[in-house]
Amino acid sequence: MNMERARRAIVPAAAAAILCLAAAGVLAAHPQEAPAGTAGAASTHVPHGPQFAVPKPPFSPGIFPCSDCHKEIRPNPTRRELKDEHTDIVLNHAQGQRWCLDCHDTTNRDKLRLASGERIPHEESYRLCGQCHGDKYRDWKAGVHGKRSGMWNGEKQYLLCVHCHNPHDPAFKPLQPMPPPVRPENIK
Amino acid sequence: MPKPGSRDGQAFRMSRRKMMKGVAAVLGALVLPEKDASASVWEAFFQKNFRELSRPELEKVIARLEKEYSGRFGKAVKVRATPPIEGVLYGYGLDLSRCIGCRRCAYGCIQENNQSRDPQIQWIQVLQLNKERGVDLEEAELYYNPAKVPEKGHFYMPVQCQQCERPPCVKVCPVQATWKERDGITVVDYNWCIGCRYCMAACPYGARHFNWKKAGLPAAEMNPETHYLGNRPRPVGVVEKCTFCIQRVRNTPGRYTACVEVCPVGARKFGNLLDPESEIRYVIENKRVFILKEDLNTRPKFYYFYAT
Ligand code: SF4
Ligand code: SF4
Repeated sequence: MNMERARRAIVPAAAAAILCLAAAGVLAAHPQEAPAGTAGAASTHVPHGPQFAVPKPPFSPGIFPCSDCHKEIRPNPTRRELKDEHTDIVLNHAQGQRWCLDCHDTTNRDKLRLASGERIPHEESYRLCGQCHGDKYRDWKAGVHGKRSGMWNGEKQYLLCVHCHNPHDPAFKPLQPMPPPVRPENIK
Repeated sequence: MPKPGSRDGQAFRMSRRKMMKGVAAVLGALVLPEKDASASVWEAFFQKNFRELSRPELEKVIARLEKEYSGRFGKAVKVRATPPIEGVLYGYGLDLSRCIGCRRCAYGCIQENNQSRDPQIQWIQVLQLNKERGVDLEEAELYYNPAKVPEKGHFYMPVQCQQCERPPCVKVCPVQATWKERDGITVVDYNWCIGCRYCMAACPYGARHFNWKKAGLPAAEMNPETHYLGNRPRPVGVVEKCTFCIQRVRNTPGRYTACVEVCPVGARKFGNLLDPESEIRYVIENKRVFILKEDLNTRPKFYYFYAT
C-alpha cells in the first residue's frame, strides 16, 4: 500500500528530523512531550497510522512554546475577538464557524486539538487539517498534494500543510514571476 | 567511351584518381582539425557514437571530457555515464490546477543543466493560457510579465520534452545522434550530433534547442555533477533538451528532478510508471489526466493533470 511504502521510506528520516528538532531547541524545552509526534514511525505500536518526516513547524519567532506565557493565564473559553494579544492574527479561514480554541487546546497550550478531543503536537498538524480537507490529506500522504523533495526512489521529505498555507489565512499568496524569456529577435 | 586498358582509359582513370585526391585535400582542409591541433581534438573528431563505444573506449572518452571541462571551468567536473535502472520507466506529472506560472522551474533547470545564460537557452517554457479558452495553444502567451502571478482568468502550462514513447525527433535524425533509452528518456550524443536541426522541426512540442554560440555559463555557476547524455557542457552547434535530469534520476537513490524540487506549489510530480505505488501512478489512476497533442500519437510520458 501507498502508506506502508511511505512509512518505510521515512523511518530513517523521522529519526533525523527528531535530531534536528532537538537541536533547534524546540523539543529540548519540553522533552517529555516529544515522542508522540515524530518518534512514532520507529516504534512498534504506532498509535495513529504512519507519521511523516517533516521540518520544524514555521512558528513566528519567539512564540513557541505557548505555555511560556499561557501558564500564567487562566483560559477563557468564551468565544470572542482577541483585543490584547495576537492581534496580528486575522482569521480568514471559515471564521464564521470557528475560533482559536477549536484548533488550539484549552488546557495544554502547546498542543493542537482534534474534534475528537485528542491532543496532538504541531508536528502532526496535518491530522487537524485533514479533518476537513480529507481529499487533500489523502493526496498529500501519497505525495501528490504539496511539495515533496529528496529521492524519487528513496527517502523523501514532506512539508506540513502550514509551510505553504498560513492556517489562519490559508489561500496561497501570489508571487512575483521570474523574468520572461528573451525574445528570439533580441538574442544576439 | 574509351576502352579499358587503352591509353585514353588510363588517362581518365589517372585523372579521376588525381581529382579525388584533390577533393579529399580540399575537404580535409575545410573540415578536419588542423595539423597542429592537440591530440584530444583528433580523439574527439574520431570518437564513435556513444552506443558503439566499448567499456574501455567510453572510459577514455569520459576521462578526456572531464579533463577538458575541469580545465575550462577551474573545478573538478564529474562526467558520468550511469546506465538505465532495470524495471524503471520514468513518467512526469504536472498539476495544472496548482501551477501559478512563476517560472521558478525554468530557471532551476538552467542552473542544474548548465544551459547558456547568454545567449539564453531555456528547456522549460511556461505558457499562460486563458481559462475560458482552455488548452488552446494558438492563444498561449510565453512572455507574460505581471507584477504577481497567477493572474485572474488565466492558468499556466509549462512545456518541456515530453519523453515521447514514439519520438518523431528520433525518427528524423539522419545520423542517429538521438535515441530513446530503455528507461524512456530521449537523449542526444552531443559529440555525434551534426546540428542539422531536423529533430527541432520534427518535435511537436518545441522542446529542442540549438546552441548557436559558445555557452555563456559562468564558471562559478557551472554544475560539476554531469552526465554524458545530459547536462555536461555542450559543444557549439548541437541540439539539446530536457532529459528528466538524467544525472540525478539514474542514481539509486536518485534525487527528484531540479524542477520538482524548486516548484513552490508542488505542482510537479515524478516517478516510475512501472511501480504501482509511485506518485505518478497515483496521479494517473486517481486524477483527470491528459497528454499534450494526443492526436499525434507521440505518446508522451508527461502527464498534465488536475488534482482538484
Ligand atoms: S515552478 Fe511550479 S508553479 Fe512555478 S511555473 Fe513552474 S510548475 Fe508552475
Ligand atoms: S517532446 Fe520532442 S524532443 Fe522530446 S521526445 Fe518528444 S519529439 Fe522528441
